[in-house]
Amino acid sequence: MEERGLFPQVLFRLGPVEVAGTVAYSLVVSAVLIGFALLVRYGLRRRMSGWQVAAEFLIDHLEGVMRDMFASDPRPYTPLVVTLALFIGTANLIGLAPGMRAPTADFSTAAALAAVVFLAVPFYGIRARGLRGYFRHYLEPTPLLLPLEVITEFSRTLALAIRLFGNVMSEELVIAVLLSIAGLLVPVPLMMLAVLTGLVQAYIFAVLTVVYLSAAVRAHQH
Amino acid sequence: MDTHTIFALVVMGTAALVVAAGTIVPGLSQGKAINTAMDAIARQPDASDRISRTLFVGLAMIESLAIYCLVIALILLFANPFSHMFER
Repeated sequence: MEERGLFPQVLFRLGPVEVAGTVAYSLVVSAVLIGFALLVRYGLRRRMSGWQVAAEFLIDHLEGVMRDMFASDPRPYTPLVVTLALFIGTANLIGLAPGMRAPTADFSTAAALAAVVFLAVPFYGIRARGLRGYFRHYLEPTPLLLPLEVITEFSRTLALAIRLFGNVMSEELVIAVLLSIAGLLVPVPLMMLAVLTGLVQAYIFAVLTVVYLSAAVRAHQH
Repeated sequence: MDTHTIFALVVMGTAALVVAAGTIVPGLSQGKAINTAMDAIARQPDASDRISRTLFVGLAMIESLAIYCLVIALILLFANPFSHMFER
Protein backbone atom coordinates (compact mmCIF):
# COMPACT_ATOMS: atom_id res chain seq x y z
CA MET A 1 0.00 0.00 0.00
CA GLU A 2 2.77 2.33 0.98
CA GLU A 3 4.63 1.44 -2.17
CA ARG A 4 1.60 2.02 -4.32
CA GLY A 5 0.38 5.11 -2.57
CA LEU A 6 3.00 7.75 -2.10
CA PHE A 7 6.35 6.57 -3.41
CA PRO A 8 7.31 5.45 -6.90
CA GLN A 9 8.55 1.92 -7.34
CA VAL A 10 11.79 1.04 -9.06
CA LEU A 11 10.86 -0.76 -12.23
CA PHE A 12 14.27 -2.02 -13.40
CA ARG A 13 17.94 -1.08 -13.25
CA LEU A 14 20.21 0.16 -16.01
CA GLY A 15 23.62 -0.42 -14.47
CA PRO A 16 23.76 1.83 -11.41
CA VAL A 17 20.72 3.84 -12.44
CA GLU A 18 17.39 2.90 -10.96
CA VAL A 19 14.62 3.53 -13.47
CA ALA A 20 11.43 4.37 -11.62
CA GLY A 21 8.10 3.37 -13.09
CA THR A 22 7.25 7.04 -13.37
CA VAL A 23 10.03 7.68 -15.88
CA ALA A 24 9.28 4.62 -17.96
CA TYR A 25 5.54 5.35 -18.11
CA SER A 26 6.16 9.02 -18.93
CA LEU A 27 8.24 7.85 -21.88
CA VAL A 28 5.39 5.56 -22.92
CA VAL A 29 3.02 8.53 -22.77
CA SER A 30 5.41 10.62 -24.86
CA ALA A 31 5.72 7.81 -27.40
CA VAL A 32 1.93 7.50 -27.63
CA LEU A 33 1.55 11.25 -28.16
CA ILE A 34 4.35 11.45 -30.75
CA GLY A 35 2.83 8.49 -32.56
CA PHE A 36 -0.54 10.23 -32.55
CA ALA A 37 1.02 13.43 -33.85
CA LEU A 38 2.82 11.60 -36.66
CA LEU A 39 -0.35 9.70 -37.54
CA VAL A 40 -2.29 12.95 -37.85
CA ARG A 41 0.56 14.76 -39.58
CA TYR A 42 1.00 12.22 -42.36
CA GLY A 43 -2.70 11.59 -42.66
CA LEU A 44 -3.61 15.22 -43.41
CA ARG A 45 -6.16 15.14 -46.20
CA ARG A 46 -8.88 17.40 -47.44
CA ARG A 47 -11.30 14.60 -46.64
CA MET A 48 -10.59 14.48 -42.93
CA SER A 49 -9.93 11.26 -41.09
CA GLY A 50 -11.34 10.64 -37.62
CA TRP A 51 -7.99 11.29 -35.97
CA GLN A 52 -7.65 14.62 -37.70
CA VAL A 53 -11.13 15.65 -36.60
CA ALA A 54 -10.30 14.70 -33.02
CA ALA A 55 -7.04 16.66 -33.03
CA GLU A 56 -8.61 19.71 -34.65
CA PHE A 57 -11.54 19.65 -32.24
CA LEU A 58 -9.23 19.57 -29.25
CA ILE A 59 -7.00 22.38 -30.46
CA ASP A 60 -9.96 24.48 -31.62
CA HIS A 61 -11.64 24.14 -28.26
CA LEU A 62 -8.60 25.11 -26.21
CA GLU A 63 -7.82 27.96 -28.60
CA GLY A 64 -11.37 29.20 -28.11
CA VAL A 65 -10.87 29.19 -24.35
CA MET A 66 -7.59 31.07 -24.78
CA ARG A 67 -9.09 33.58 -27.19
CA ASP A 68 -11.70 34.46 -24.57
CA MET A 69 -9.12 34.85 -21.83
CA PHE A 70 -6.32 36.63 -23.68
CA ALA A 71 -8.55 38.78 -25.84
CA SER A 72 -5.88 38.39 -28.51
CA ASP A 73 -4.39 35.79 -30.86
CA PRO A 74 -3.78 32.60 -28.85
CA ARG A 75 -1.29 31.10 -31.36
CA PRO A 76 1.91 31.68 -29.33
CA TYR A 77 0.46 29.84 -26.33
CA THR A 78 -1.24 26.96 -28.14
CA PRO A 79 1.78 24.59 -28.15
CA LEU A 80 2.39 24.85 -24.40
CA VAL A 81 -1.22 24.64 -23.30
CA VAL A 82 -2.32 21.87 -25.66
CA THR A 83 0.81 19.84 -24.91
CA LEU A 84 0.15 20.10 -21.18
CA ALA A 85 -3.48 19.08 -21.62
CA LEU A 86 -2.61 16.15 -23.91
CA PHE A 87 0.27 14.92 -21.77
CA ILE A 88 -1.64 15.07 -18.51
CA GLY A 89 -4.77 13.55 -20.00
CA THR A 90 -2.87 10.65 -21.55
CA ALA A 91 -0.78 10.19 -18.40
CA ASN A 92 -3.90 10.01 -16.25
CA LEU A 93 -5.57 7.51 -18.56
CA ILE A 94 -2.54 5.26 -18.93
CA GLY A 95 -2.78 4.47 -15.23
CA LEU A 96 -5.94 2.50 -15.99
CA ALA A 97 -4.09 0.08 -18.25
CA PRO A 98 -3.30 -3.16 -16.41
CA GLY A 99 0.16 -3.18 -14.85
CA MET A 100 0.78 0.51 -15.40
CA ARG A 101 0.64 3.46 -13.06
CA ALA A 102 -0.23 6.99 -14.00
CA PRO A 103 3.02 9.01 -14.06
CA THR A 104 1.07 11.92 -12.59
CA ALA A 105 0.33 9.85 -9.46
CA ASP A 106 3.96 10.56 -8.54
CA PHE A 107 4.56 13.95 -7.00
CA SER A 108 7.75 14.43 -9.04
CA THR A 109 5.85 14.47 -12.34
CA ALA A 110 3.19 16.84 -11.05
CA ALA A 111 5.85 19.14 -9.58
CA ALA A 112 7.80 19.13 -12.86
CA LEU A 113 4.68 20.05 -14.84
CA ALA A 114 3.86 22.83 -12.37
CA ALA A 115 7.47 24.06 -12.62
CA VAL A 116 7.03 24.33 -16.38
CA VAL A 117 4.06 26.62 -15.81
CA PHE A 118 5.96 28.52 -13.10
CA LEU A 119 8.75 29.29 -15.59
CA ALA A 120 6.46 29.86 -18.57
CA VAL A 121 4.53 32.65 -16.84
CA PRO A 122 7.45 35.13 -16.56
CA PHE A 123 8.79 33.97 -19.95
CA TYR A 124 5.62 34.85 -21.85
CA GLY A 125 4.99 37.84 -19.60
CA ILE A 126 8.36 39.40 -20.33
CA ARG A 127 8.06 38.58 -24.01
CA ALA A 128 4.69 40.30 -24.24
CA ARG A 129 5.23 43.32 -22.00
CA GLY A 130 8.97 43.77 -21.70
CA LEU A 131 11.10 43.29 -18.60
CA ARG A 132 10.03 46.57 -17.02
CA GLY A 133 6.36 46.17 -17.84
CA TYR A 134 6.26 42.64 -16.50
CA PHE A 135 7.93 43.37 -13.18
CA ARG A 136 5.94 46.53 -12.67
CA HIS A 137 2.76 44.53 -12.21
CA TYR A 138 4.25 43.27 -8.94
CA LEU A 139 4.25 46.85 -7.68
CA GLU A 140 0.70 47.64 -8.73
CA PRO A 141 -1.52 48.96 -7.22
CA THR A 142 0.89 49.55 -4.32
CA PRO A 143 4.37 48.22 -3.48
CA LEU A 144 3.03 47.16 -0.09
CA LEU A 145 1.50 44.11 -1.74
CA LEU A 146 4.81 42.88 -3.17
CA PRO A 147 5.32 40.10 -0.57
CA LEU A 148 1.81 38.82 -1.18
CA GLU A 149 2.35 38.79 -4.94
CA VAL A 150 5.54 36.78 -4.53
CA ILE A 151 3.86 34.33 -2.14
CA THR A 152 1.02 33.97 -4.65
CA GLU A 153 3.46 32.94 -7.38
CA PHE A 154 4.84 30.11 -5.27
CA SER A 155 1.65 28.99 -3.57
CA ARG A 156 -0.30 28.68 -6.78
CA THR A 157 2.48 26.58 -8.30
CA LEU A 158 2.40 24.33 -5.24
CA ALA A 159 -1.38 24.19 -5.45
CA LEU A 160 -1.21 23.25 -9.14
CA ALA A 161 1.18 20.39 -8.40
CA ILE A 162 -0.64 19.09 -5.31
CA ARG A 163 -4.04 19.28 -6.99
CA LEU A 164 -2.96 17.10 -9.90
CA PHE A 165 -0.94 14.69 -7.76
CA GLY A 166 -3.58 14.40 -5.05
CA ASN A 167 -6.46 13.77 -7.41
CA VAL A 168 -4.73 11.14 -9.52
CA MET A 169 -3.00 9.45 -6.59
CA SER A 170 -6.12 9.30 -4.46
CA GLU A 171 -8.09 7.82 -7.34
CA GLU A 172 -5.47 5.08 -7.77
CA LEU A 173 -5.35 4.51 -4.01
CA VAL A 174 -9.11 4.09 -3.78
CA ILE A 175 -9.08 1.59 -6.64
CA ALA A 176 -6.20 -0.33 -5.01
CA VAL A 177 -7.94 -0.42 -1.62
CA LEU A 178 -11.21 -1.56 -3.16
CA LEU A 179 -9.42 -4.21 -5.19
CA SER A 180 -7.69 -5.57 -2.11
CA ILE A 181 -10.82 -5.76 0.05
CA ALA A 182 -13.59 -6.49 -2.46
CA GLY A 183 -12.22 -8.29 -5.48
CA LEU A 184 -11.93 -8.26 -9.22
CA LEU A 185 -14.87 -6.40 -10.75
CA VAL A 186 -15.88 -4.11 -7.90
CA PRO A 187 -13.50 -1.21 -8.77
CA VAL A 188 -14.77 -1.00 -12.37
CA PRO A 189 -17.32 1.79 -11.69
CA LEU A 190 -14.61 3.74 -9.90
CA MET A 191 -12.31 3.25 -12.87
CA MET A 192 -15.01 4.74 -15.09
CA LEU A 193 -15.07 7.68 -12.69
CA ALA A 194 -11.28 7.82 -12.95
CA VAL A 195 -11.56 8.29 -16.73
CA LEU A 196 -13.77 11.33 -16.10
CA THR A 197 -11.70 12.85 -13.29
CA GLY A 198 -8.45 12.23 -15.15
CA LEU A 199 -9.64 14.15 -18.21
CA VAL A 200 -11.21 16.87 -16.06
CA GLN A 201 -7.93 17.31 -14.18
CA ALA A 202 -6.05 17.67 -17.47
CA TYR A 203 -8.58 20.26 -18.63
CA ILE A 204 -8.37 22.16 -15.36
CA PHE A 205 -4.58 22.17 -15.43
CA ALA A 206 -4.65 23.60 -18.96
CA VAL A 207 -7.30 26.20 -18.13
CA LEU A 208 -5.46 27.32 -14.99
CA THR A 209 -2.29 27.64 -17.06
CA VAL A 210 -4.22 29.86 -19.45
CA VAL A 211 -5.53 31.93 -16.54
CA TYR A 212 -2.03 32.46 -15.10
CA LEU A 213 -0.54 33.21 -18.51
CA SER A 214 -3.27 35.68 -19.39
CA ALA A 215 -2.80 37.48 -16.07
CA ALA A 216 0.90 37.85 -16.85
CA VAL A 217 0.52 38.74 -20.53
CA ARG A 218 -2.39 41.11 -20.57
CA ALA A 219 -1.48 44.75 -20.14
CA HIS A 220 -3.72 46.60 -17.73
CA GLN A 221 -6.54 48.17 -19.67
CA HIS A 222 -7.01 51.16 -17.43
CA MET B 1 -0.36 0.57 26.23
CA ASP B 2 3.13 1.65 25.30
CA THR B 3 3.89 4.98 23.65
CA HIS B 4 4.04 3.39 20.20
CA THR B 5 0.45 2.19 20.41
CA ILE B 6 -0.74 5.54 21.72
CA PHE B 7 1.13 7.29 18.91
CA ALA B 8 -0.46 5.03 16.28
CA LEU B 9 -3.92 5.58 17.76
CA VAL B 10 -3.51 9.36 17.85
CA VAL B 11 -2.19 9.45 14.30
CA MET B 12 -5.02 7.33 12.96
CA GLY B 13 -7.64 9.37 14.79
CA THR B 14 -6.13 12.62 13.58
CA ALA B 15 -5.97 11.40 9.98
CA ALA B 16 -9.62 10.36 10.09
CA LEU B 17 -10.61 13.73 11.57
CA VAL B 18 -8.58 15.62 8.96
CA VAL B 19 -10.22 13.77 6.08
CA ALA B 20 -13.69 14.14 7.62
CA ALA B 21 -13.41 17.88 8.20
CA GLY B 22 -11.62 18.31 4.90
CA THR B 23 -14.45 16.74 2.92
CA ILE B 24 -17.42 18.27 4.72
CA VAL B 25 -16.51 21.91 4.20
CA PRO B 26 -15.39 21.73 0.54
CA GLY B 27 -18.45 19.54 -0.13
CA LEU B 28 -20.78 22.21 1.19
CA SER B 29 -19.02 25.00 -0.66
CA GLN B 30 -18.93 23.04 -3.92
CA GLY B 31 -22.64 22.47 -3.59
CA LYS B 32 -23.14 26.17 -3.11
CA ALA B 33 -20.99 26.98 -6.15
CA ILE B 34 -22.88 24.53 -8.37
CA ASN B 35 -26.19 25.84 -7.05
CA THR B 36 -25.28 29.40 -7.96
CA ALA B 37 -23.95 28.39 -11.37
CA MET B 38 -27.18 26.50 -12.11
CA ASP B 39 -29.17 29.59 -11.19
CA ALA B 40 -27.01 31.69 -13.48
CA ILE B 41 -27.35 29.24 -16.39
CA ALA B 42 -31.11 29.05 -15.91
CA ARG B 43 -31.29 32.83 -16.04
CA GLN B 44 -28.89 33.26 -18.97
CA PRO B 45 -28.57 30.06 -21.03
CA ASP B 46 -26.50 31.91 -23.64
CA ALA B 47 -23.65 32.42 -21.22
CA SER B 48 -23.57 28.77 -20.14
CA ASP B 49 -20.19 28.12 -21.81
CA ARG B 50 -18.44 30.83 -19.93
CA ILE B 51 -20.26 30.08 -16.67
CA SER B 52 -19.47 26.39 -16.73
CA ARG B 53 -15.82 27.05 -17.52
CA THR B 54 -15.53 29.41 -14.57
CA LEU B 55 -17.44 26.88 -12.49
CA PHE B 56 -14.91 24.17 -13.36
CA VAL B 57 -11.98 26.35 -12.41
CA GLY B 58 -13.68 27.35 -9.16
CA LEU B 59 -14.54 23.75 -8.34
CA ALA B 60 -10.92 22.80 -8.93
CA MET B 61 -9.84 25.50 -6.50
CA ILE B 62 -12.27 24.25 -3.85
CA GLU B 63 -11.42 20.65 -4.59
CA SER B 64 -7.76 21.31 -3.93
CA LEU B 65 -8.63 22.17 -0.32
CA ALA B 66 -9.98 18.67 0.15
CA ILE B 67 -6.93 17.29 -1.60
CA TYR B 68 -4.62 19.19 0.77
CA CYS B 69 -6.36 17.52 3.69
CA LEU B 70 -6.05 14.12 2.03
CA VAL B 71 -2.34 14.63 1.35
CA ILE B 72 -1.75 15.70 4.96
CA ALA B 73 -3.65 12.67 6.24
CA LEU B 74 -1.61 10.37 4.01
CA ILE B 75 1.64 11.99 5.13
CA LEU B 76 0.55 11.47 8.75
CA LEU B 77 -0.17 7.81 8.07
CA PHE B 78 2.60 6.72 5.71
CA ALA B 79 5.41 9.27 5.88
CA ASN B 80 5.12 10.62 9.41
CA PRO B 81 8.29 12.60 10.18
CA PHE B 82 8.01 11.90 13.91
CA SER B 83 7.40 8.16 13.80
CA HIS B 84 11.09 7.36 14.49
CA MET B 85 10.71 8.96 17.94
CA PHE B 86 8.20 6.29 18.88
CA GLU B 87 9.89 3.21 17.46
CA ARG B 88 9.59 0.16 19.62
